[in-house]
Amino acid sequence: MLMILKAFLVGGLICALGQVFLDNTKYTPAHLLVTLVVLGCIFTAFGVYDWLLDFSGAGVGVPVSNFGYILTKGVLLEAKRDGLIGLFKGVLEVASAGISASVIFGFLVAVFFKPRK
Amino acid sequence: MKNVDKTPDEYNQMINQFRPGKPKIVNFLQAYLVGGLICGFGQALIEILQLLGMPADEASSLATIILIFLGALLTGLGIYDEIGQFGGAGSAVPITGFANAIVSPAMEFKSEGWILGTGAKMYIVAGPVLTYGMVTAFLIGLIKTIFKF
Repeated sequence: MLMILKAFLVGGLICALGQVFLDNTKYTPAHLLVTLVVLGCIFTAFGVYDWLLDFSGAGVGVPVSNFGYILTKGVLLEAKRDGLIGLFKGVLEVASAGISASVIFGFLVAVFFKPRK
Repeated sequence: MKNVDKTPDEYNQMINQFRPGKPKIVNFLQAYLVGGLICGFGQALIEILQLLGMPADEASSLATIILIFLGALLTGLGIYDEIGQFGGAGSAVPITGFANAIVSPAMEFKSEGWILGTGAKMYIVAGPVLTYGMVTAFLIGLIKTIFKF
């Protein structure tokens, strides 16, 4: 129960800061998502993201910055195991499930539904 | 009186520029509420899956997949866009918003065909996100491998 509350507080804060970014700049949500993913990668590089995940679980696991985390995590895991070739093999290793699910469900829903306007 | 040479749509666009939007603090709180609820729901999903005996890392992978599915489905039903009207970044930032960013243009551009419409346009947001994410992750791995920090 405590973790759910922490997920609410931390995840909500990330989203609210994203709103501040949108409200005070000319950038679009696409820019925001890209920025968050790149920040997720950088935070992972310094070990901050692991700490944040331990602290707030889905609070940083659900925001799109988590894509940055799992992409970088895969690279670092494989790089340790296989060296240079691991840099390429690792990118989609941990992220595979999320990316595949997005493409597959995204496409199938688009096939079966019509836009409402 | 001079005749108005604008269609109602153009007129609305024109006055919307001058209409005061919601105060930023309201946007902030609404984004906090919606984003927080989605993340809290994600955490609840993970904990339920773990109670059912699933190991921690599999539980969070499956929770992510379920959230993506729900985000895509609610977009198809037209519900996610209404959540987005209220929640702003609160609905765009979670992984459900990523699914939304794939499904919306994929449905919208069906009229341009299955290949160049749906197949191409579904990546209009997901493409840059994945490209910049993958390249950054690769560069970080490269730097870490070379300098061993």
